[in-house]
Amino acid sequence: MADSSMELVQRIVAAKCNLPGALLPILHDIQDGLGYVPEEAVPLIAKELNLSRAEVHGVITYYHHFRQAPPGSHVVHVCCAEACQSVGSEVLAAHAKVRLKDSDFTLEPVYCLGLCSIGPAIQIDEMTLHARVTPEKFDALMDALGART
Amino acid sequence: MTITVYIPGDAAALALGADDVAAAISSAAVKRGLDICIVRNGSRGLFWLEPLLEVVTTEGRIAYGPVTVADVASLFAANFTTGGKHPLRLGNIEDIPYLARQQRVTMRRVGVIDPRSLADYLTHGGGKGLDLARSLPPADIVRMITDSGLRGRGGAAFPTGIKWKTVLDTSASQKYIVCNADEGDSGTFSDRMLMEGDPFCLIEGMAIAGLAAGANMGYIYVRSEYPHAIATLNAALAGARDWLGEFRIEVRKAAGAYVCGEETALLESLEGKRGIVRSKPPLPAISGLFGQPTVINNVITLASVADILAQGVSFYRELGVGRSRGTLPFQLAGNIKYGGLIEVPFGCTLRELLYDYGGGSRSGRPLRAVQVGGPLGAYLPEAQFDTVLDYEAFAAIGAVLGHGGIVVFDDTVDMARQARYAMKFCVLESCGKCTPCRIGSTRGVEVIDRIRAGQVEQIELLRDLCDTMTYGSLCAMGSMTPYPVLSALNHFPEDFQ
Repeated sequence: MADSSMELVQRIVAAKCNLPGALLPILHDIQDGLGYVPEEAVPLIAKELNLSRAEVHGVITYYHHFRQAPPGSHVVHVCCAEACQSVGSEVLAAHAKVRLKDSDFTLEPVYCLGLCSIGPAIQIDEMTLHARVTPEKFDALMDALGART
Repeated sequence: MTITVYIPGDAAALALGADDVAAAISSAAVKRGLDICIVRNGSRGLFWLEPLLEVVTTEGRIAYGPVTVADVASLFAANFTTGGKHPLRLGNIEDIPYLARQQRVTMRRVGVIDPRSLADYLTHGGGKGLDLARSLPPADIVRMITDSGLRGRGGAAFPTGIKWKTVLDTSASQKYIVCNADEGDSGTFSDRMLMEGDPFCLIEGMAIAGLAAGANMGYIYVRSEYPHAIATLNAALAGARDWLGEFRIEVRKAAGAYVCGEETALLESLEGKRGIVRSKPPLPAISGLFGQPTVINNVITLASVADILAQGVSFYRELGVGRSRGTLPFQLAGNIKYGGLIEVPFGCTLRELLYDYGGGSRSGRPLRAVQVGGPLGAYLPEAQFDTVLDYEAFAAIGAVLGHGGIVVFDDTVDMARQARYAMKFCVLESCGKCTPCRIGSTRGVEVIDRIRAGQVEQIELLRDLCDTMTYGSLCAMGSMTPYPVLSALNHFPEDFQ
């Protein structure tokens, strides 16, 4: 981990360590800043929160949201829950896997984006949402983002 | 004169291009020298019409939808700013039968007001419940909630007043109000719509709960899949400090664990730990967050509270049927033509929602199965569509209303596959604390795979396994996964042959 990343982790931990139940807010801030929670951050967080490294590691690995390695240039979430299944998300998810095979995008399933009347739904990075996504629409969106084919 | 245009900032509207429409309207207005103020409201919940634009005219609000960027030039050419004729013109949205037939109580401001403006909230009837609560002794507030018949809207339907009374009667130097906004059930989005469309209503409910239970600190635990709701809540809270007085609220972002919608797992997560379910007792009302007495309620439960105080206990109590009092914002989702939010009093039938509101399937094929109440809810066949939407009526047929999510499947659905998915979802999301859920779900996937491969004699084993999970699991994750599995097996046995 670069020195600048370590400094960021230290700043985040110092700013939040006195919050009640500080671990999740700290991990969110680190991931928002660096894209993931580096292994080197674990001992530092553990020390400041008076936890064991195992406890911090346990929390990071328990939650689907936290990642331990840097993601690709874009993160694409395809909703795979029942409402989207009823309108073809399984076909979409299989298509997405093939389309992004040679790209450096990260493709992950998500279980419900709360867009259940207008599925299949996808989320790109954090704030961008798309509804009624067909494989063709998916390709157009990925092409626009420059995903390698 | 400034022209006010409403374009929803709700996540569903954004997913359908509302931001692009807002940008196009804004730049076209500048070009034409028109003074337009765009308000990013919540969604009315008629999703086939989103992005739904409304303009304030002398005749009231006139709606157009669904609007795409390509329609913007023709809308200006048709003078939509004064309500001009256009193929997308819908007139007053509240006159559309889908909305006119509903009885919106909790969701009545969603899509109407600017969700980030406290002034707008107060102008539209907000704040009266909190004003009244400030003049009442805590026990009176609790009694009003108990008398209203309000039950927890997260799915468990536990009487809210009893929960509050337990916290009030437990003495402690610190108590908490926790809002469960971990709306993970597929087919549900009413919490999201309320947080994005009328966050002050939730905030007011939490402040009232604080007065009733003797708590000065509240947390809203929102799922990480809802970044737009988190942003709206934080914006609203920034403007609510003076209004809230001594009561403080903090938004906490979850991290993608479905089981954290279970209240004790949620509390563990708020404490910074893995979201592992706790054994009960002790109840959270006695020993909850950080070991202190805690009111933990769903978003819609807390958002219902202000109106019960402001409009009176009898107003709420007179709505509904049996022991299900008041209204529930149902969410019509999946393979449905007119999907959206339908808030009605308990008591109408599932069929009315599916056909009178929903218009049948989106694909045009016959409906075959409907899952009510999320991934842990039963699948209902056509023969059960006349069931009355009431907690007890659903329990009587081995189903649940849950959080009011309704997911529709047409006749292409493979119910054995859906049963397998229910088990698979439990594998993915089990917290791992109890064996029936952790191991049972994995065995369940294997058994269903064998049945689908032709070993139908394994059906008995699947039933036995479901029995173990139902009666041996610590929380609803393991004990209710058999609902979708067994209902699929019982109502659609042909799919397992």
